[in-house]
Amino acid sequence: MAEIAHHHTEAADPTNVTNPEHASHHIVTPGVYAMVFGTLILGTLITVGAAYIDLRWANPVIALFIACFKACIVILFFMHVKYQSRLIKMTIGSGFFIFLALIVMTLSDYISRSWGLW
Amino acid sequence: MSSTATIVSLPDQATARLPKRSYLNNEQGLLSWLLTGDHKRIAILYLISITFFFFIGGAFAGLIRLELLTPQPDLVAADTYNKFFTMHGIIMVFLFLVPSVPATIGNFLIPIMVGAKDLAFPKINLLSWYLYVVGGIMVLAALVLGGVDTGWTFTTPLSTHYLNTHVITAALAIFVAGFSSIFTGLNFIVTIHRMRCPGMTWFRLPLFVWSNYAASLLMVLGTPVLAITLVLVLLERVFGIGVFDPTKGGDPLLFQHLFWFYSHPAVYIMILPGMGVISETISTFSRKRVFGYTAVAFSSVAIALFGFFVWAHHMFIMGVSNYSALVFSLLTMLVAVPSAIKVFNWAFTLQKGSITFETPMLYSFGFLGLFTIGGLTGVFLGSLGMDIHLTETYFIVAHFHFVMVGGMLMAFLAGVHFWWPKMTGRMYPESLSKLAAVTTFIGFILTFMPQFILGYLGMPRRYHAYPPEYQVLNVLSTAGATVLGVGYMLPLLYLGWSLKYGAIAGDNPWQATGLEWQIQSPPLTENFIETPIMDHEAYDYEWLEQKKKNEVTTVG
Amino acid sequence: MDNTVATEHPHTHETAVHAEHAHVSLPQHRHHFETVEQQREAGSFGMWLFLLTEIMFFGGLFFAYLLYRNWYYDAFFTASNQLSVPLGAVNTVFLITSGFFMALAVWAAEVRKKDTLVWTLILTTVFGCAFLGIKYVEYHEKWEKHHIPGAHFDISEFVNPAAHGIKEKPLAPDMAERTQVFFFLYFAMTGMHALHMIIGVGLLFWLIWRARRGDFSAGYVAPIENFGLYWHFVDIVWLFLFPLLYLINRHPLH
Repeated sequence: MAEIAHHHTEAADPTNVTNPEHASHHIVTPGVYAMVFGTLILGTLITVGAAYIDLRWANPVIALFIACFKACIVILFFMHVKYQSRLIKMTIGSGFFIFLALIVMTLSDYISRSWGLW
Repeated sequence: MSSTATIVSLPDQATARLPKRSYLNNEQGLLSWLLTGDHKRIAILYLISITFFFFIGGAFAGLIRLELLTPQPDLVAADTYNKFFTMHGIIMVFLFLVPSVPATIGNFLIPIMVGAKDLAFPKINLLSWYLYVVGGIMVLAALVLGGVDTGWTFTTPLSTHYLNTHVITAALAIFVAGFSSIFTGLNFIVTIHRMRCPGMTWFRLPLFVWSNYAASLLMVLGTPVLAITLVLVLLERVFGIGVFDPTKGGDPLLFQHLFWFYSHPAVYIMILPGMGVISETISTFSRKRVFGYTAVAFSSVAIALFGFFVWAHHMFIMGVSNYSALVFSLLTMLVAVPSAIKVFNWAFTLQKGSITFETPMLYSFGFLGLFTIGGLTGVFLGSLGMDIHLTETYFIVAHFHFVMVGGMLMAFLAGVHFWWPKMTGRMYPESLSKLAAVTTFIGFILTFMPQFILGYLGMPRRYHAYPPEYQVLNVLSTAGATVLGVGYMLPLLYLGWSLKYGAIAGDNPWQATGLEWQIQSPPLTENFIETPIMDHEAYDYEWLEQKKKNEVTTVG
Repeated sequence: MDNTVATEHPHTHETAVHAEHAHVSLPQHRHHFETVEQQREAGSFGMWLFLLTEIMFFGGLFFAYLLYRNWYYDAFFTASNQLSVPLGAVNTVFLITSGFFMALAVWAAEVRKKDTLVWTLILTTVFGCAFLGIKYVEYHEKWEKHHIPGAHFDISEFVNPAAHGIKEKPLAPDMAERTQVFFFLYFAMTGMHALHMIIGVGLLFWLIWRARRGDFSAGYVAPIENFGLYWHFVDIVWLFLFPLLYLINRHPLH
C-alpha cells in the first residue's frame, strides 16, 4: 500500500512539492527514551539540590538552565524533533523566538523605567 | 471582446447556463450546510455572518455620528455614548475586520489557489466558524444585557475596577472569537506549506496566498496573548487579585503591554489579506505581472515579523520609559518600509499596463490612495513629539479609519466583487457597482478627512461633547457618514439581486491567470477534476493567451 | 514543455477515478490529501502550530511572574517557601514518568504492539492522575491556611512567622500583602496547567478505549503521536513551573 502511494507521488510530482523533506519515519527506540528519562530525573535531583545551596545570583540561572536543558531533550527525543523535517524545527524556533521577543522587549520597558532599582 | 473599455468576457447569455453540478447544489438541505467540511461553503457561511455583524457595527457608527452632529451631549447620556463606540469597536475589529478577507475570500480561494481539494483540516475550519458565531452571539448578549463601555481596548484599571457593565461577557466573547481566528490561521499555514499541487513552488503562488500566509503567522502567534490577557482581566474582575491594580501592587501598564502585543499585529492581520486582494486585482486589471513579485512576497512576511516589535507605540503617553519609547518609535519607522515597498510595486505594476476600470479596480485605486494617506499619518504618529500632541485625539481615529476602512474595507469589497462571479457563477450589474464604489469613496473622504483636522486642532476621541468651534467639521463628517452608509448598502442590494438575475459569468470573466479562473464558476466541491500541475509562473498572461488560442470552442 | 496546465493522468476520466480510489484505501486516509504521508505530516505540523499558541498563551503568565518576582522578591520567596518541595519534586517525577510512558506508547503504536500500547497509555494516565491528586492535596492545604487570594487571604503567617512556627524573616505588612500576588500567580499558572492536564487525561481515556479496539495497531499512529506532542508540552510547562514557583530561595535551609 505504501509502495503504491510512493510511486504515485513520484510519478505525478517530479519537483516533489508534496513531501519536500522526505521526513523519514525514524522510530526512536525505548532505550533512547530510557536514557532521556534517566537524565530528566537526574536533572530534577540536581535542581532541587542546588536550590538549597546559596549561590546568590547563580541559583535562578542554574535552575532555569537545567529546566531549558530538560525541555530541549524532551523536545528532541520524546517529541521526536531531532528526526523531523526542517520545517518543524523552524516552526518551534519561531515560536520560542516570538516568546522571547515578548519577554525581552516588555522587560526592557520595566528595566529602563527604574534604572538602579534592579 | 472588441471594446477596449473593459476586459470582461462573458459567455453568450442566450445559451449560457450555470454548471449542472457545483459546490452549491452538490448537497441539499440546511444540515448539509451547517455540517459541511467544504471550505467554499464555510466561506459563504462566514460571508453571511460577517455581513450581519458589519451592519450592526455600522449602525453604532451611525449613532455615534448622530450624537456628534451637535456640540452638546444631547442625544444620549455619556455612559451610553461610551457603549456606542465600544460596541462599534469590538464588533468592527473582532467580528468584521479580523476575519473578513481570510475567513471569507481566503477560505474560499486558498485551497484552489494552491491546487488542493480542501484545506488541511476541514473539521477545524467548520469549528472555527462555529466559534465565530458563538463569540458573535456572546457579543450580542453583552449588548442586549446593557452593553460594555470600556472602549474596545479594555484599558485597566477602568475595565477591572471602575465599571459595572458587562465586561466579563464581552471579554469571554472575544476570547472565543480569538480561537476562531487561531484555527483559521493554523489551517492556512498547514495547507500552504504541505498541500501545494505538483509544480506549485512558493514563488509561483499568487501573492494573495503569500499575504494570507503572513497574516496567518500573526494569527497563530499573536492571538493567544490576547487570550491570556482577557483571562487575567476576568480573574481580576471576579476575584480582585491585584495583577493590574496599583493599590495591590499590580501594574495597569502590564495589561497594556500584553493587550497591544496582540492588538498591534492584529492590525496587520486585518490589512495583509486586503493587500493580497489588491495584488490580484491590480495585476488583472492592468493585464500585467505584479512588478517585483519577490519584493511583494517578502514584504508581506517582513510586515508580519516587524509587526511583532512595535506594539508600545500605542502606549507612548501611558508611562513606558523614555528609552523604551525611543526604541519602539524607531522600530515603527522601520515597519512602514515594507508597506511602502508594496505600494511602490503596485504603482509600477500599473505603469505601462493596459488599465481598465471595472469595479474591483475602482476599489483598488481607492485603496491605493486612502491606504497611503492612512499609512503616512501612521508615521507621523510614530514620531514621539507628534504623538504626544496627536494621541487620543481624532487624528488617531482618522488614521486608523483611513487604513482600516479606506484600506481594508475597500480591499474587502474589491475582493468580493472580483471573486463574486467565481463564487456564485453570476455577474453583478456593473454600472450600479461602479456607482457604489464612487459613492463609498466620496463618502469616506467626507467622513474622515475632517477628522484629521479635528484631531490636529485638539478634539479628543471618545468624547460625546465638544467645543462649538469644532461643529462644522463634525457636521461634514456626519454628512459623509450618511453617504458612506448608502455606498455600503448598495452592494448588499445588487449582489443579492445578482444571485437570481445576474448574467452568467462563465469560468473566467476577467480573463485572469490563477488556478481559480481555470475551473468552472461556481466550482465543484472537489475543486479540480484532476490534480493540477503548475508549470508556469504566477500572473503569466502569455500563458493565458496561448491557452485561449489552443482552446477548443466548437465541436466538429 | 507544454504551456498548459497538465493533468496527472493523460488517459480517461474513469481510469483517473480508479487510480484515485486505489490509493484512498487506508481507512484513515482523508480525501483531500494526496497521500497518507502528506496527511500524517500535515497533522503533526498542525499540532505543533497549536503548541506554539500554547507557548504564547502561557507566555503572558510567565511574564507577569517575571515582573512581580522582581518587584516583590521578598514576598515571593517567603510565600514560595510555604510550598512543599517534596510534593513538588514528586509531582515533577510523576510527570516525567508519565511522559516516558507516553513516548513508549508512541513507539508501541509505531511497531504495532497493541498490548504494549494499551498498558503504556494506561500508565501515562495513572501518573497523570497521580500528579493531579497531589495537586489537589496542595491546593487543599493552601485553602486551609488561607493562602487562596481573595477575601479570605490571611497574611498573619508572613507578618509574624515565629508565632506560626515558621523559620522565615517577618515581612512588613505591605510586602506581606504582596504574597497575594505570588499566590495568585501560583494558582493561575498551576491551575491553567492542571486544566490542560485534565483535558489531556480525558483525551487519554478516549485514546485507551480506541487503542483497545485496535484502531492504532495497524499503522495509524497519528492520533497517538499528536497527543504525545500535547502531553509532552504540558510536561515541559511544569518543568519550568516547578523551579520558578517552588525553588525561588530555599537557602538557608528551612
